[in-house]
Amino acid sequence: MEPLTWTGSLSLLNPVLAALAALLVLAILARIALSFFATEPAVVVNPDGTATAPNGLWSLSVTAGKWLFLSLVGVLVLYIVGGVVTPLGSGGIFGAAAKKFLPVWIALVVLFAVSLRFKRRLGLYGKLFDSTIGMIGFGLVMFWVFTAIFADMIVMHDPLGQISQLKNKAPGVALPDGSGWYIFGGDHLGRDVFSRMIKGSQVVIQIAPLATLFAFMVGITLGLPAGYYGGKLDSGLSFLANLILAFPVILLFYLLVTPEIVTTGLPQFMAVALFIFPLVFLTILLNSRYYVQPQRRNLMVAAVLGIGGWLYLSLISTPGTAVSFFPAAIDLFDVPPNILIVFVSVVFVNSPTVFRIVRGLTLDIKTRDYVSAAQTRGERPWYIMLWEILPNARGPLIVDFCLRIGYTTILLGTLGFFGLGLSPESPDWGTTINAGRRLLTIAPHPAIVPAVALMSLVLGLNLLADGLREESLRD
Amino acid sequence: MLKFILRRLGVMLLTAFALTFVVFYLTNLAPNLEKLARSEGSVRMTEEAVTAWIEQNGHSGPVLMRYGQWLGVVPGWTFTDEKGVTRGRCIAQDGDAALAPRYCGVLQGNWGYSTVFKQPVGPALLEKLGATGWLMLWVMIVMVPVSLILGVLSGMREGSAMDRTLSTFAIVSTATPEYVSGVVLVALFATATTGLSPLLIDMGLLEPKKTLFLASSTSAMDNITFWNFTLPVMTIALYGIGYIARMTRASMTEVMTQQYIRTARLKGVNFRSVVMKHALRNALIAPFTVIMLQFPWLLNGVVITETLFNYKGFGWTLVTAASNNDIQLLLGCSVVAVLVVLVTQLISDIGYVYLNPRIRIS
Repeated sequence: MEPLTWTGSLSLLNPVLAALAALLVLAILARIALSFFATEPAVVVNPDGTATAPNGLWSLSVTAGKWLFLSLVGVLVLYIVGGVVTPLGSGGIFGAAAKKFLPVWIALVVLFAVSLRFKRRLGLYGKLFDSTIGMIGFGLVMFWVFTAIFADMIVMHDPLGQISQLKNKAPGVALPDGSGWYIFGGDHLGRDVFSRMIKGSQVVIQIAPLATLFAFMVGITLGLPAGYYGGKLDSGLSFLANLILAFPVILLFYLLVTPEIVTTGLPQFMAVALFIFPLVFLTILLNSRYYVQPQRRNLMVAAVLGIGGWLYLSLISTPGTAVSFFPAAIDLFDVPPNILIVFVSVVFVNSPTVFRIVRGLTLDIKTRDYVSAAQTRGERPWYIMLWEILPNARGPLIVDFCLRIGYTTILLGTLGFFGLGLSPESPDWGTTINAGRRLLTIAPHPAIVPAVALMSLVLGLNLLADGLREESLRD
Repeated sequence: MLKFILRRLGVMLLTAFALTFVVFYLTNLAPNLEKLARSEGSVRMTEEAVTAWIEQNGHSGPVLMRYGQWLGVVPGWTFTDEKGVTRGRCIAQDGDAALAPRYCGVLQGNWGYSTVFKQPVGPALLEKLGATGWLMLWVMIVMVPVSLILGVLSGMREGSAMDRTLSTFAIVSTATPEYVSGVVLVALFATATTGLSPLLIDMGLLEPKKTLFLASSTSAMDNITFWNFTLPVMTIALYGIGYIARMTRASMTEVMTQQYIRTARLKGVNFRSVVMKHALRNALIAPFTVIMLQFPWLLNGVVITETLFNYKGFGWTLVTAASNNDIQLLLGCSVVAVLVVLVTQLISDIGYVYLNPRIRIS
């Protein structure tokens, strides 16, 4: 079979795309240049209540920019539609990729259609669809989330299968038996770069949000009392947080994740300590709320402790390691030890920063009148912290949560890049970049593909955080 | 002010001791020492031989005492074998045991012996730090002016086309970790098969088989050129530029909404002098602390970039020490890293107080 070209039969769209892109760049440059000379004209409100934007070079460049951007997006959609409707292979590499991503496109279209339809009823999430930046970010993030969910339908080959003839072959290379292509080429062992990237998204999407959530539980559970009570507790906890923050992250990873340290069980003991925080958090949360209704409280706390405790014990206990006490019969699941260690170190690195943010927010909010009101009516401290202060700190915390998932993704990539924790076979993006970088000058694609994937996910999270910040400030 | 500095110094020293102890404890755990014994002695040593080696080389005993020895506040270990030869921490190879000093730790300037580089840690580390110093110098020369200009330009007219374009650039660059931008930069500029170099060769602007920049910076150890040093510098700078530019922008937009700026504008001062004379000085206080606090992140970037471009500086040394179980070298590296972080924190605290007249005068 012939190797695939980049766009195949869709190449008639290429000149259109190039022309539109060039014009868009021109329009943006013109707008920047004009912003030095022309002052931005405000929209004029007519006496009858209508508004008109004045004409002129400036508004011309604005309008041109808007339409060019929209038509650029339209052409890109055409590429995707073209790839989906033409048979696999005739649409070139992009067409084939677009076709394989079909479940993701459908899910994205459904999600956006539903969200846009009901955006007025969806609170902050709905408001996100008022900002272009936020929508682009959300789209990028959900693209990778759906990719992780539908990964098994998208992959074209076994991500670990090696075909030795295809070592370091360029994107679009055909399989020797003629049954298909490696659309993004082969890596240094002759594995499919495309399938590895798809599988790699699963690792990130599984670990990063969950690890960030755990870090938030730790940070909130410790940051609220530190900010609220102040004094010795605050100084002690802040000193500890600063201690961890003063550690260069990579040194910490090397100290925690090397095999010698792992055999001593240290990361697992850290897991025992860190993973108890979600449990503590939920218990205190429910206890402080339903303290006055003992029966209901007892039921809820018992449920949380029962189910949560079981999950917690199953999570930390792994047979054959330093922490294995839970009988196998009732052990729900075993996290592979290396994944657990990666998880723990990422949570450990993130928690102090969250602690500092929560502490700062608490210091600010505890001076508000509604906190004094709650104190006056005799609410207990934990109720005030969790049900008065925390809900009012949610805006900055949600924004930081998005940013922090991105940062956690970067950290996971760093761990993979140094070959720490995850197995060298693992398809996660950091490990793949690390494997690809050695042959970067001969065959750059095995490293470029996961690098761009990682960047687009982090970029999406940053844009999403930006959009959320903008919309939550508008309230 | 003096009291403030003294208190900060005290906390800093406490932090430094706590952190070095943690590193010491983690690097001197039993499995690490066992690995060290096997790599220094022989791989096929029996369990007893390993235990004996650990005891004879001063790695046994309570960890606090060993930390004290390393620090230089507890007398160094000595061991006399059956032939009557005394070896010890403070005794040089075939030196006289009687003449050796009792204390020799970091405080006395003895950083131990690196098993990877086969030379004392102190000089080895100093040489590598010098190399990283050059890298950091160029990163700073590129990063600081560019990010401040970008931040001020986008912050002086919030919401303008310039602001939107530059902010997008800043977001993209903060979303690109060093190992991604490094890989992309190499693919764009430093391979003979993809990116710009083949185009330039076709156009006759570049000799065949050559690339626009070099993907390996090993040669920059002896001779820094534009050709071999641009990519590592750009890789580190890109990540920082976005972050500092965003901070500068935030600070600039805040200053631009202040009353005195409006007053100046209403008096009829033109926009340029309002920005240059009234806004800029106040807007640069926050970025100063940000740049200072950026150092720990830069340290991360340095480790990644030096590994990626094979530039044998401090970051490369840290990775080499950690992956080869070179305990003394790793300890030395962590002391340097921790000190860099703490000193920059101190400078940023003091600088913030000094630069901000409202705090300085009260």
